[in-house]
Amino acid sequence: MTWLAILSVALISSCKKNQPATGGGSGSASAPMVTSGGGAVTINGSGSTFQKAFQESAIEAFTKANPNIKINYGGGGSGKGRQDLADMVVDFAGADAPYKDADLAKNKGGEILYFPILLGAITLSYNLDGVDKLQLSPETAAKIFQRDIKKWNDPAIAADNPGVKLPATDIVVAHRADGSGTTENFTAWLDQAGGGNWKLKSGATVEWPADTQAGQGNSGVAQIITSTKGAIGYVDQSDAKASGLHYATVKNAAGKYIEPTADSVSAAGAGIDVKDNLLFSAINAKGDTSYPITYQTWVIVYAKQTDKDKGAAVKNYIKYLITDGQKLLPELDFAPLPKPLQDKAVAQLDKIQV
Amino acid sequence: MDLRGKRAYADTAFRWLVIGAASLVLLILAYIAVSMTGRALPVLQHMGVLEFIKSKRWSPADQLFGALPFIWGTLFTAAIAVAIAVPISLGVALFVTQIAPRRWRMPIVYVMDLLAVVPSVVFGLWGVMVLSQHFHLGRSFMTAGIILAIMITPIITSLAREVIETTPQNEKEAALALGATKWEMIKGAVWPHSKGGLVGAVMLGLGRAMGETIAVALVIGSSLGQITLHALSPGNSMPAVIANEWGEADDLHKSALIALAVLLFVITIAVNLVANAIVQRSIARSRGK
Repeated sequence: MTWLAILSVALISSCKKNQPATGGGSGSASAPMVTSGGGAVTINGSGSTFQKAFQESAIEAFTKANPNIKINYGGGGSGKGRQDLADMVVDFAGADAPYKDADLAKNKGGEILYFPILLGAITLSYNLDGVDKLQLSPETAAKIFQRDIKKWNDPAIAADNPGVKLPATDIVVAHRADGSGTTENFTAWLDQAGGGNWKLKSGATVEWPADTQAGQGNSGVAQIITSTKGAIGYVDQSDAKASGLHYATVKNAAGKYIEPTADSVSAAGAGIDVKDNLLFSAINAKGDTSYPITYQTWVIVYAKQTDKDKGAAVKNYIKYLITDGQKLLPELDFAPLPKPLQDKAVAQLDKIQV
Repeated sequence: MDLRGKRAYADTAFRWLVIGAASLVLLILAYIAVSMTGRALPVLQHMGVLEFIKSKRWSPADQLFGALPFIWGTLFTAAIAVAIAVPISLGVALFVTQIAPRRWRMPIVYVMDLLAVVPSVVFGLWGVMVLSQHFHLGRSFMTAGIILAIMITPIITSLAREVIETTPQNEKEAALALGATKWEMIKGAVWPHSKGGLVGAVMLGLGRAMGETIAVALVIGSSLGQITLHALSPGNSMPAVIANEWGEADDLHKSALIALAVLLFVITIAVNLVANAIVQRSIARSRGK
């Protein structure tokens, strides 16, 4: 896929060069003049696969309205996106986690800006005959995913589910085989909310117990759950819905069991502290109606754009993502930015210097 | 005179062209080795070379990188693969060359060669959907070993077939003329003649099995720190862990994955060198006696 993107970019840019320069041939008419006079601009992004579905829909809608702009978004993971932007291989990066402070100096293009674009839920999806509704507290979830609890009728699970008849089925834990921002955010929730029960730390790669199962990507984990009785795993909501999985309601910081919906996810985004640079974590947000395993993703760009036409296109596209493009989100099972956060992001657009 | 000058010119040009091609390959190999080792240095300094190779814990969160479980997984799955593939490959090769009626040979050879061109990701997905679910093998060393066995069988078979076919016809006929059965003929004439070549064929299959990435990454289970002889437990291999963790790895973690790649590079080269030595020695011995 990446190869295709690179190839198409190369083809397009070479086509552009071959076009005869329109307008005055006085010699001063260079390539940028041609493009600003109606030629095509191509901007490239890469990174987070979590926001890829949104990027694809947004690109389709945006380029339909702006036929002179072409946008490519390749996945590859948040880490790849950050690296590509640092090396200035792409014009923008998608990432579910920010740069580490120590790495900021390696960014070749100087100061960067973070634009939050959406919020999403990580579900606790399961496959258990006869149990359509399941409630889980973070303490119990930590014990399950760490294999301290091995049967579905364990007293800890029963305590979370008064009145529900739980079978004595063995629990099968499914997790990601590949390094993933979803794993990082999910384990951050277990770490923060699990009341000290979680011992495996938070990260993109985790030392899971040996008697667990691993699948590639969200869809790989969903596939294990679908095909295994007694399985439970963490899957982002759009993949969980696409695979028709049941998922648990999860106990939030206020002690309420909340179902992941666009509203409860947006509510999590409203109950958080946002820094001046628009960095925040929506994990375990306060508020009665917040879904606790909510995570976020950013588009990252350089504040100083070197190419006038590309810079303008990038700015317009990000503006679209955080304003009109937000309407595309519910259909993709993502939640839009809450109003205060959206306002801050729109205000930050002025910091992109074209 | 003129013609000869032209010929000499073409000859020289051709000579340099092939020398260039040959040295380019060596240069690329050297460049890969040097640049990869350079990028592996941070983790080797952080862990120490010996610690990196023999330590069992791989924990990016704690900045601890021990490659032993992945080395084990690579060797273990390759060993399972070879154990399954060798009897099948040799059986097919002997059947095709010694037993099968002439008109059966081409179709069998053709189907075996076809198996060799199936992309590995197809085997991997089949392993996930069928072996791990319908046959309840889970995602484990065993599943990976079986998939690898299917992948290396055509390679070993096709090499073994060629090696066996080089057995001189008169030796085979001599054996049969002395009243040997087919089995005795194979044991007495074919086997001593082709032993070295067959070991080479198996070693090449082994090399392929150790380097296979995507099919193994899909079915091995991606469990960290597993060093066990229990074939049905999930594990990990060097190429699989590189493919799985590269996307979200930070600096030191990346360096550790590159160090794994260098290690894999060294191990596969060592296996091939040993294979070559065995083949050469057995050829020399059969000529000497």
